[in-house]
Amino acid sequence: MDLKLDHHTRDGIEVVDVEGEIDVYTAPRLRELLIELVNNGHYQLVVNMEKVEFLDSTGLGVLVGGLKRVRAHDGSLDLVCTQERILKIFRITGLTKVFGIHDTVDEAITARKSEK
Amino acid sequence: MATVEMSFTPLPVHVRTARLVATAVARRSGVEEALLDEVRLAVGEACSRAVEAHQAHCPAEPVRIELTGGNGRFEVVVMDAAEAEEDETAGGEAAPPAGWPSDGNGVANGAGAPAGSAALPQHGLGLAVIAGLADDVQFSRTPGGLSIRMSWPSGGVS
Repeated sequence: MDLKLDHHTRDGIEVVDVEGEIDVYTAPRLRELLIELVNNGHYQLVVNMEKVEFLDSTGLGVLVGGLKRVRAHDGSLDLVCTQERILKIFRITGLTKVFGIHDTVDEAITARKSEK
Repeated sequence: MATVEMSFTPLPVHVRTARLVATAVARRSGVEEALLDEVRLAVGEACSRAVEAHQAHCPAEPVRIELTGGNGRFEVVVMDAAEAEEDETAGGEAAPPAGWPSDGNGVANGAGAPAGSAALPQHGLGLAVIAGLADDVQFSRTPGGLSIRMSWPSGGVS
């Protein structure tokens, strides 16, 4: 499956819904969307990866790049993911220590709001 | 003789095809279902790296893959024809933010050093992922480029 992207605002946080495979071919589209959101002033992001079927290091690089961009504006980028096969690449690369990873979008938004 | 030999134009769009073929051959070779995601990811990483190397150095040359099942192992060899790069440390977009755990050479803690990695360039996340996933990994410099050999245990003989 290719990559399907959508986003909406909830409680002042921009939720990005990702569906499909994030790899060297499709990752640039996610990168462009994250850049566009930051350029439009959205610095609090939640990326919902519950429907992601594949994620490789190119995708990780895009997420890291997004995290760096929002942090430059004192923002945040949290992830929603419960799939073990996707979480595995975060564990292998140590990125579970860098990203906030939550079980649901509600949980991610609540966690971010409670830090304010 | 490899079970399946494949070559593809070094374009990102074809990496998925390589992943799917490798996974199919792995399954047929008797690799456990639980390991197939690892095969898919590791092969994808190796092919992605080869595609990027080819696009930088030899865009007209195909990336080659050999898939071999038998004798209790499923082996994948991804071969590129790109010249050796002085420094493949990931930077820019993929450079980690401050506080990202690493060993100082751009490779994440926990991934370990790839087998046979003497004098190999560090390549950020991609090689670290391969080293963390494949049961047995060997990186070899060939006269033409880099060869990445990965293998997993398999139950069948193809």
